[in-house]
Amino acid sequence: MSTLLEVSGVSVTFDGFRAINNLSFQIGDAELRSVIGPNGAGKTTFMDIITGKTRPDEGRVIWGEKSVSLLDMTEAKIAQAGIGRKFQKPTVFEDQSVRDNLLMALKKNRGWVGVLLYRPSTSDLQKVEDLATEIGLYQELSRKSGELSHGQKQWLEIGMLLAQDPRLLLVDEPAAGMTLQEREHTTDLLVQAARTRAVVVVEHDMEFVRRLNCKVTVLHEGSVLAEGSLDHVTSNQDVIDVYLGR
Amino acid sequence: MERSFVAKNPSVLVFLAILSLFTLGVTVLSEGFGIGVISTSFVKTLGKTLCLCLIAVAMDLVWGFTGILSLGHFAFFGLGGYMIGMWLMYERTRLIVVESLSQAEIPPTPAEVVDAIGTQIFGVVGSSEFPLIWAFSHSLTLQLILVVVVPGLLALIFGWLAFRSRVTGVYLSILTQAMTLALALYLFQNDSGLRGNNGLSGLQNLPGVTVSQDVVSLWFLWASALALGLGYMLAAWIVSGKFGSVLRGIRDNEARVRFLGYSVEVYKLAVFTLTACIAAIAGALYYPQAGIINPEEMAPIASIYLAVWVAIGGRGRLYGAVIGAAFVSLLSTWFTGGQAPDIPLGFYTIKWVDWWQVLLGVSFVLVTLFAPQGIGGLFDLYTNQRHPDRHGANLGPDEGALREKEASL
Amino acid sequence: MLRLFLAGLAILFACLNANAQEGGLQPILQDHQEIIVKSSRKTIKPAIDALAASGLPQAQVMLETWAAKDMWMRKSDGLFFAGTKAEGRLYELTDFDTGEVVGTFEKSDLKQLKPNSGVRAMIGTALVQFQLTDPDRKKRLAALKSIQRDPEGALLEPLRASIEDEPDVDLKVQKQRLERLLTIGYDEDVVARVAAIEEMSNDLGVDVRAALNPLLVTARKTAADLPSDVNVAIVLEPGSDALSRDDAYHLLVASDLAASLVLPDDIRLALAANIDGGRVGGIPVAQLNNNTARAQAYSTLAEAGIVPAFVTEADIDTALGAHVFFETYAEPSIEVTAAAEKALKKIELKVGLNQTLDLTLDAVSLASIYFLAAIGLAITFGVMGVINMAHGEFIMMGAYTGYVVQQYVPDHTVSIIVAIPMAFAVTFAMGVAMERLVIRWLYARPLETLLATFGISIALQQLAKNIFGTQARPLTAPGWLDGAWVMNDVVSISYIRIAIFVLALIFLGLFLYIMKRTRLGLEMRAVTQNPRMAGSMGINPGRVNMLTFGLGSGIAGIAGVAIGLFAKVTSDLGNDYIVQSFMTVVVGGVGNIWGALAGAGMIGFLQKGIEWMNPSNTLAAQTYMIIFIIIFIQFRPRGIIALKGRAAGD
Repeated sequence: MSTLLEVSGVSVTFDGFRAINNLSFQIGDAELRSVIGPNGAGKTTFMDIITGKTRPDEGRVIWGEKSVSLLDMTEAKIAQAGIGRKFQKPTVFEDQSVRDNLLMALKKNRGWVGVLLYRPSTSDLQKVEDLATEIGLYQELSRKSGELSHGQKQWLEIGMLLAQDPRLLLVDEPAAGMTLQEREHTTDLLVQAARTRAVVVVEHDMEFVRRLNCKVTVLHEGSVLAEGSLDHVTSNQDVIDVYLGR
Repeated sequence: MERSFVAKNPSVLVFLAILSLFTLGVTVLSEGFGIGVISTSFVKTLGKTLCLCLIAVAMDLVWGFTGILSLGHFAFFGLGGYMIGMWLMYERTRLIVVESLSQAEIPPTPAEVVDAIGTQIFGVVGSSEFPLIWAFSHSLTLQLILVVVVPGLLALIFGWLAFRSRVTGVYLSILTQAMTLALALYLFQNDSGLRGNNGLSGLQNLPGVTVSQDVVSLWFLWASALALGLGYMLAAWIVSGKFGSVLRGIRDNEARVRFLGYSVEVYKLAVFTLTACIAAIAGALYYPQAGIINPEEMAPIASIYLAVWVAIGGRGRLYGAVIGAAFVSLLSTWFTGGQAPDIPLGFYTIKWVDWWQVLLGVSFVLVTLFAPQGIGGLFDLYTNQRHPDRHGANLGPDEGALREKEASL
Repeated sequence: MLRLFLAGLAILFACLNANAQEGGLQPILQDHQEIIVKSSRKTIKPAIDALAASGLPQAQVMLETWAAKDMWMRKSDGLFFAGTKAEGRLYELTDFDTGEVVGTFEKSDLKQLKPNSGVRAMIGTALVQFQLTDPDRKKRLAALKSIQRDPEGALLEPLRASIEDEPDVDLKVQKQRLERLLTIGYDEDVVARVAAIEEMSNDLGVDVRAALNPLLVTARKTAADLPSDVNVAIVLEPGSDALSRDDAYHLLVASDLAASLVLPDDIRLALAANIDGGRVGGIPVAQLNNNTARAQAYSTLAEAGIVPAFVTEADIDTALGAHVFFETYAEPSIEVTAAAEKALKKIELKVGLNQTLDLTLDAVSLASIYFLAAIGLAITFGVMGVINMAHGEFIMMGAYTGYVVQQYVPDHTVSIIVAIPMAFAVTFAMGVAMERLVIRWLYARPLETLLATFGISIALQQLAKNIFGTQARPLTAPGWLDGAWVMNDVVSISYIRIAIFVLALIFLGLFLYIMKRTRLGLEMRAVTQNPRMAGSMGINPGRVNMLTFGLGSGIAGIAGVAIGLFAKVTSDLGNDYIVQSFMTVVVGGVGNIWGALAGAGMIGFLQKGIEWMNPSNTLAAQTYMIIFIIIFIQFRPRGIIALKGRAAGD
């Protein structure tokens, strides 16, 4: 299994507060990974760095077979390179229909001229319908996404991520505010996705992480505290002290 | 599944039909070709209003759909006017100069003609030399190209600087306002090469055209209506597709659009520049009907009024912008022209010339507070279009995002 | 004492003027009767000179009488007298020498002398020497001022003579200074002049430069050889930067040393004058619409000898080669011009330094105006994030409040003291009302706030226009703020500007005190940083927002009073400050009072700096300044003093 993303020695400081401290992390081609950690451990900042929202003070972020550095790329370029991100709070375009949301996310030419002249082909629309079926929103295709329930918006966002067809998916607390049934559906979607691409799930909920059944990275104060299977890390004394013990 | 653009947007057809009927009606009632019920000066007012509607469409595209509250589009409008004004003034002065020099004993050399034109045009600012920016003023074709190129280039450079540094929301508004102020102040100088605060005048006279203003005013009305129709169709086409989807996405949540892989800055720049060009074309049609252009027209306040028109009409829907611009500017002409009847209160008589601004200001505050959907909201009532109940939440985190009452189900 | 002095003066003049008159003024007047009656500025000089040189004390009275148009000539014998109107058409005449009344005469027997203004000015100059020693201090001062206004060599001696016995210390110093300056310009002794120049070369006064500059005035001349009897400043090479080829040739033409060039206009006129049967020089008139054809036709005429020939390039070269070009000083003495040049250079350096200081003071004062205008905005926009386009109108309302208060309180000092709290109260109330009625509904919507407050702004402007009219209303500063603090002739700053600077400092202190030391400031900071958390801790965010906005608006009102003192109070007063104020806050960095201060400082210094580079054009200065700001924001999007990280609210 080759390495898809390698983060090494990254640090970020906000006004003297060290949010990320000499963090190193790597993930392979088709791998599912959970990142857990207490509040303020730097989980969201970690994602911000990978997606280009925050520039680190030092360190390297290397991507793909050609080993390009993500640090010099804009958010849009990073997304085009194949990194998709789902935010903690579901963020879809609420004034637009589910179909338009998915069409916008669909992997296509992102240049403005191309987009201006773009008219959806039958196969594009078919792809959108397939995706909608997969995330259980086929009935809602023409509704404005602002009308969807919280869980439906989460799925729509996951659907948009899948439509982007990224090589790496960063998913921030996908199960927050979901019912048990919805959680199971979400787990299935993520496990399914991880068969063909890398998926990083940031999550608080231990039950959810257990169900994902994957390697776990524990963050604490901006650096990796432990890494391994869930059972392995939960038996680690450090982890118990800073996280589970409280 | 694939349907034609017009079939998907029936409102465009309705709009075009109304616009054609309007133009035809005015022509029939005019002094130039019709029965003379509408005076030529009112035909000009209507023609100018059409131009204002066109720039309002541009403003709606940039503000209503992309969420950039630009307070600089009237600067592009004015620049367009200046560009066409330069040719009109040059050519007309040239004809006069050639006419008067033909009386001379020795026929003039081309250089002498140019010198005489320069003296005529720049006498008011104590100069007779042609500044460099007049280099193409002898050619209508080049000057017509400049109508689009100069404002477009300015928008491109300014937009590139502003969007690149990720200035958004009110900061961007203030920055565009500063740009407008800088441009207006620059043009106010006598050595700006555009006659300082005298501006360009006599633009209503088309060089070489001998027919009366009654007819010329109709030509411009037709041209303005055509430009508005084309501009409206272009705008409707742009916002109907995926491009429009991206624009709306930028308006409501630009960070999310960025993480989808769209380069937000490029899209903003494209819309900003394109609308600047539309505004410039509107200006190039407006000022020959107004007859005069001076830097006063480009003061920042004009651009804010433009935003006010769009807001009163209802932003985020193209016909709203047109209605807002037409309604407010015609009403404004009516009130400030002294035609509105005074209201005697016994102890005080309300003269609308004095109180119209107050009324406009206050009603604008009320629209912003209570009816963000503007006049366009009346259509929603008619078509039974409801608004989503979001407990007051906007449709996105960005400053330009739609408000609950502006959205539809 | 004075009498003695006058006598001394008389003796002095007697020595200087061998032809001192024994028989009083009347003989002198009679000598010059003809030109006195003619009373022309061109010819009158000998008469006035003779009168002034007579050394007679009564000459002063006589000259004053003459200048006042009270001198009459008796037609019967041509004698001159002072005349005063008696009854009817009768005039009473008084003899100048004896001071005795001669009698009354019919107006028809007399001729009144009415010197015109030019002649009166000359009489005035002659009078100066008498007035310099006049017992009345005011007259002596007036005489000094008159010499300063137009100095003259003839006045040097009387001035010197009057210094010794000048009783007033202050006047004596002034006289000595003036004597030095006159010496520079008019003394006959070169050594004395050079000494005076060196003595004054440390002085920054405008008058010193005014005395030195004429010495260095040069004139461009040309001749076949360099003359030896003139004070040559520089020899110029034609075709150099200092003297272009064209200019050199024009100089030759102007000195009648070369034939004038044939200009396009000359050609046209010559051609027009020589049209012969529709042709000129064989070329049809219709073809003469280009320079080649015209030149050809002209050459034909020139060959025929009808018009002067073209001057060719070769002609020009020859002419230029045959002459030298140089600049000469009007002042013949080389020593004097050299000393003057050296002194001026020395002064110029000092002037430059002082101008820099003056410019700095100007910039500081402009910066404090911007700071004052922006400080309210630093609270409402900077701290609260509310964009208030009506901020300028609050400034305007403050200024009008000051004006209204002055209508009821006539004493300017008291009225300003009353106006400041009044303006604060009015705009505070207005701000609170606006916050409650409009802004609080739009807290999450800055763009809508911008437009709604713009609506309020145009309504307020029009209201002010309806109430106060369109013409500017005066807001008069108290007397003790009039005038300026003058350090020297270069550096000065008006008291109003100092007052505004002080006011700006007070506001800075007040702001810091409120934010850092009061409960309101604490709550304000809490609410702006995290309204929900603040609310859950028992702070009422609505109330805090209301008070904060009121405070910002109230400060704008006070700024309005200050601005009204030096600017015209009109309904669109606010327009002049709104964009600059926003720029100040944005450039400085939002959410930080030091940012506003830094922003105001930068914009003030920048604008003055640009104006200094191009002093004639303040519009251009503003244009360039805004462009600079737009570019500046590229590099520091968060302003000079930026809050970093998460606190800045990504």
